[in-house]
Amino acid sequence: MKKLMKGNEALGEGAIQAGCGAYFGYPITPQNELTEYMSRRMLEEKRVFIQSESELAAINMVFGASVAGARAMTSSSSPGVSLKQEGLSYMAGCELPGLVVNVQRGGPGLGNISGSQADYFQAVKGGGHGDYHLIVLTPGSVQEMYEMPALAFTLSEKYRTPAMILTDGILAQMQEPMEQVKIDSSRAGDRDWILDGCKGREPRKIRSLLMEEGALEAHNLHLQAKYDMIRKQEQRYQLINEQAEIMLVAYGISARVCYTAMQEANKKGSQIGLLRPLTVWPFPEKILQELAPKIKAFLVIELNAGQMIEDVKLAVNGKTPVHFYGRSGGGCVTPGEILREIEKI
Amino acid sequence: MREELIIAGFGGQGIMFTGTLLSQAAMIEGKFVTYFPSYGAEVRGGTANCSVTIADTIIGSPVITSPDSLIILNKPSLDKFSPRLKKGGLLVLNSTLIEDEIKESNRQVVHIPATDIAEKIGQIKVANIVALGKYLAIRKIVSQESIFQALEALLTGKKKELLELNRKALAAGFEYQ
Repeated sequence: MKKLMKGNEALGEGAIQAGCGAYFGYPITPQNELTEYMSRRMLEEKRVFIQSESELAAINMVFGASVAGARAMTSSSSPGVSLKQEGLSYMAGCELPGLVVNVQRGGPGLGNISGSQADYFQAVKGGGHGDYHLIVLTPGSVQEMYEMPALAFTLSEKYRTPAMILTDGILAQMQEPMEQVKIDSSRAGDRDWILDGCKGREPRKIRSLLMEEGALEAHNLHLQAKYDMIRKQEQRYQLINEQAEIMLVAYGISARVCYTAMQEANKKGSQIGLLRPLTVWPFPEKILQELAPKIKAFLVIELNAGQMIEDVKLAVNGKTPVHFYGRSGGGCVTPGEILREIEKI
Repeated sequence: MREELIIAGFGGQGIMFTGTLLSQAAMIEGKFVTYFPSYGAEVRGGTANCSVTIADTIIGSPVITSPDSLIILNKPSLDKFSPRLKKGGLLVLNSTLIEDEIKESNRQVVHIPATDIAEKIGQIKVANIVALGKYLAIRKIVSQESIFQALEALLTGKKKELLELNRKALAAGFEYQ
């Protein structure tokens, strides 16, 4: 049976069904419904909910819970996610799984509370210090908001690296019917690194400070080998109208607007397609490379001044023209604007 | 079929509830529906609006640029949204709080004293539901049966005592000529 749910709440329920054992958060619009939902539901499920004293505290609580072997998460919106970058860098360095949700709002600074996609660079290029990546998933509907936490936890545990769900204020605030499908909550990856008491065995160490000669470089090489494996194995996307002349590239809310524009254009005889990345790190570069020689042009649509377009251009590597249209500061693109941009090509 | 509706008024007039109620009814009928709320940092007394799209195919953006219909409960919202209404569109407005007598050649304008009617029923707060009833009587986007079912789905627990009042408000909206 379908249920009418808000994106934020669907994400919370999805995380709970995925076996999230601990949630730590600090309020900020437009993700407050998620924290509020968890404050009620996590207690009903007899799991851990803590409203922390700050965003920094929340991410470090996730660090601690993860070290102890829990499926843990935090969520925030753009300014709050900036504050979590130090903790994320430490988690990447320590190879700890965990989930961070960013319900993006307009920036820079405090910005506003409207939906935005301005934190793409921060999410996919390693927002904190050091040479690392997060696994970044981008839901495009309330249904996917419900289903993606399980995938995020699984990938995060499989590769022992933090994952992020990168969404926006519009998807998080909107309601639409969703199916409360059964979610697999089984734990992924080995657990032979967890600090759960060393009685009868050698103590384990989890640290990101590696001062011995060559130790940090070796650790970095190990991390990069892991990231390469993720790049090879985990690129995810949705492709509509493979035979198109012009391929729109967009994720999250932008992809929904693109979908409407695509339908309207194709009704009038155009050949428009849509490539929607479901992971933006690893970026679905293989499919872009395959599509590049077959199509006339790519048109990247984002709610920012042009961020993901850089990854599209890197993948396409000059083989096909890549165009861009975006709105920022809380403005949302319209199907009409996209149709105008298509006509210009 | 595709209907794009914006409902707007003061914070506290039940704008978000009205949109959720209609969305719930659309879902009951197996239609595709999206609901998107929009409010500033304001609380009660500020402006609030929500966008509801109902269709029989997948809906892309939940954000509405040019609505097919408007339900407008106060004057500031009329000024803000009326210019965006499509040609041939429907404007249902709360004439208790909006004194302007509006006639248009290319758009259908319906005046209903929703707040007065709600007051007569016994609770000024259900003006939103009265207006929704009138809207549904004209644009039969969901059946009356579905909207009553949606009320039952949303008003549960402690809110169940508000069911009868809301039923009356819907009926008053349906019947208003």
